[in-house]
Amino acid sequence: MVTIEVNHRTVEAQPGEMLLDTLKRAGIKVPTLCHMDELFPSGACRMCVVEVEGQRGLVPSCAFPVTAGMKVQTHSPRVLRARKTIVELLLSNHPDDCLFCVRSGSCQLQSLAEELGVRERRFTGAKNDDKMDLSSPSIVRDPAKCILCGRCVRVCEEIQGVSAIDFVGRGCHTQVTTAFNDGLNVSSCINCGQCIMVCPTGALREQSHLKLVVDALNDPDMTVVVQHAPAVSVTVAEEFGLKPGIDMAGTLTAALRALGFDRVFDTSFSADLTIMEEASEFVQRVKTGGRLPMMTSCSPGWIKFVEQFFPDFIENLSTCKSPQQMLGAIIKTHFAQRAGLDPSRIFSVAIMPCTAKKFEAGRPEMTQSGNPDIDAVLTTREVARLIHMRGIDLASLEPDSADTPFGERSSAGKLFGASGGVMEAAIRTAYWLITGREMDELKVQAVRGAKGVKEARLNVDGLDVGVAVVSGLANARRLLEQIRAGRNDLHFIEVMTCPGGCIAGGGQPYQTQPEQVRARMRALYKIDRDAALRTSHANKEVQRLYEEFLGKPLGEKSHHLLHTHYAPREVVK
Amino acid sequence: MTKVDVGGILKDYAGAGRDALIPILQKVQQVEGYLSRESVARVGEHLGLPASKVYGVATFYNQFRFQPQGRFHIQLCRGTACHVKGSAGILEAVKRELKLKPGETTRDGLFSLEVVACIGACGLAPVMCVNGEFHAKLTPDSVRKILDSYRGKASADVHSK
Repeated sequence: MVTIEVNHRTVEAQPGEMLLDTLKRAGIKVPTLCHMDELFPSGACRMCVVEVEGQRGLVPSCAFPVTAGMKVQTHSPRVLRARKTIVELLLSNHPDDCLFCVRSGSCQLQSLAEELGVRERRFTGAKNDDKMDLSSPSIVRDPAKCILCGRCVRVCEEIQGVSAIDFVGRGCHTQVTTAFNDGLNVSSCINCGQCIMVCPTGALREQSHLKLVVDALNDPDMTVVVQHAPAVSVTVAEEFGLKPGIDMAGTLTAALRALGFDRVFDTSFSADLTIMEEASEFVQRVKTGGRLPMMTSCSPGWIKFVEQFFPDFIENLSTCKSPQQMLGAIIKTHFAQRAGLDPSRIFSVAIMPCTAKKFEAGRPEMTQSGNPDIDAVLTTREVARLIHMRGIDLASLEPDSADTPFGERSSAGKLFGASGGVMEAAIRTAYWLITGREMDELKVQAVRGAKGVKEARLNVDGLDVGVAVVSGLANARRLLEQIRAGRNDLHFIEVMTCPGGCIAGGGQPYQTQPEQVRARMRALYKIDRDAALRTSHANKEVQRLYEEFLGKPLGEKSHHLLHTHYAPREVVK
Repeated sequence: MTKVDVGGILKDYAGAGRDALIPILQKVQQVEGYLSRESVARVGEHLGLPASKVYGVATFYNQFRFQPQGRFHIQLCRGTACHVKGSAGILEAVKRELKLKPGETTRDGLFSLEVVACIGACGLAPVMCVNGEFHAKLTPDSVRKILDSYRGKASADVHSK
């Protein structure tokens, strides 16, 4: 520990750490635009400049190492003037349409302009007239609103290992765009939406399905059915100003009813169903010498990633559809039949933490006789907008439970929301399938937590099973390369596209920080700790679905409705 | 158009790292006349770089073009002396006359336009160079006439065949 002086106050610092980290710990808020926690500083935007005694100019605190005894001014008139000028210059070519912008109220450029007291347009630059890219089913790019901070480029390259976008051109013609300035839909973009999560402005946003949903709700001839994903109930509260880590499943269900949805189902139910199929598939692969390691298939960004970058691993992917698509298929078949409804008069909505789910819902193989299994996907942010729009006061709602026959869930299904959750749920059920009894301790600590790579060795009745859990596709890429190079000690791998899993998905509240992810994770673990029903195979409604309709896991009906196939995908990569 | 053997060029750069990117792109452009989508992707694959990155680097430099050169390749000087003598207006005239932007090629494949910093003929400013022929002391009117003369040359060739 060394001490430095900040604004005439003594502050403790780790020698060698970046000044910005010291300041943050000391509770001094220095604004940033290009900075990303846990990544190497880029020092590009200069918003975080401070005065350091003895330095000729202002220095970027994000990239300036601490030395003992240094004297720092973080909010001197000179510093504030510099920051204000930077914002004024960024605004000089920025569209004046804040009132119409999806990020109005959550835009970092807007709040910096407010904090720094920008009240007039001091510089007028030529506006850029770059066209919007509406080609992607998941993500809309509006380059006119881009301030070139580069966070999307870095998350796409360094966290996701995809690099669909990069800086193109030079000087005032620089743009963040795809190779050859093509549409995102033909690029290697996996639709994860992590770029949206880190974008400070409205330059990136989800392809909204709100209008589709509102129109369906207003259509008296439509039965509008909704499902909400395990990771949404522990994050949506943040969209209403509550602290991270509050589970609002009951209130969300009640709110969806108040919005006019005819049936509200829980995707955690079909997560349990997924586990029945996936654990059975795993056991079958182990017993019959099928392709191992088996890899999970719940995360649609990951699926596209394999199809385009690692087609040689397609056989390793579980053939199980994701919980969203399983429930979608069951709703338009079994549920329609049970309720005496024409499947073409059912509008099936999924509330997801994810933008890639919009892409997944549109995959051509996800249909039954011409009807898409899922008609619209709303992100956590969109459902919050819908609740605001319809003036629903959450505080006045009594928490409610989801509808039968797809309302019951085990906490194993709920764990799907966090990285490691699918693995933990699958282990519980696979153990039961192999041994015929429950695990003594259901909690599998080794696969829990927010780390990007987790590995464990399990002993199932003498059978040694190697499992790995990765999130953030750059981690997945490294693991696949190890396997390509001959690593063969793993049997089962869970991959989640987004770092930390769906609780940090691209459809979640903007600018999710690591401490929020951890709080959401704890909320899921608490649900599991307190639950009476903790294994997917013990879910009565899942059992009944097999009795009444599906037959048995991996049976013919399951094969037809709950499983899918993948194919290599040609993209610009 | 003949297919360019990018693989042959890459053979000379076996095991090269990302620092070889610009020399490779230069070599490809030298052989191919421009950087095609296929070669950008191939070069990226060879160096383990995503296409977006290769494209990003290539677009940073004026020397790289992404469309084949036209039959008549125009190098228009925007150096200091030419600028003082009004090359901005000349550039506008060329863009308007040919309906293209720097780096592009007309749809009939006749003309392509490149903006260069200084071609060392400041005494003749403003100046442009078409397939090695210099045209001096340009005005927007004279530029139109010069372009017409190349069009004439092209149609004469067609008739003589």
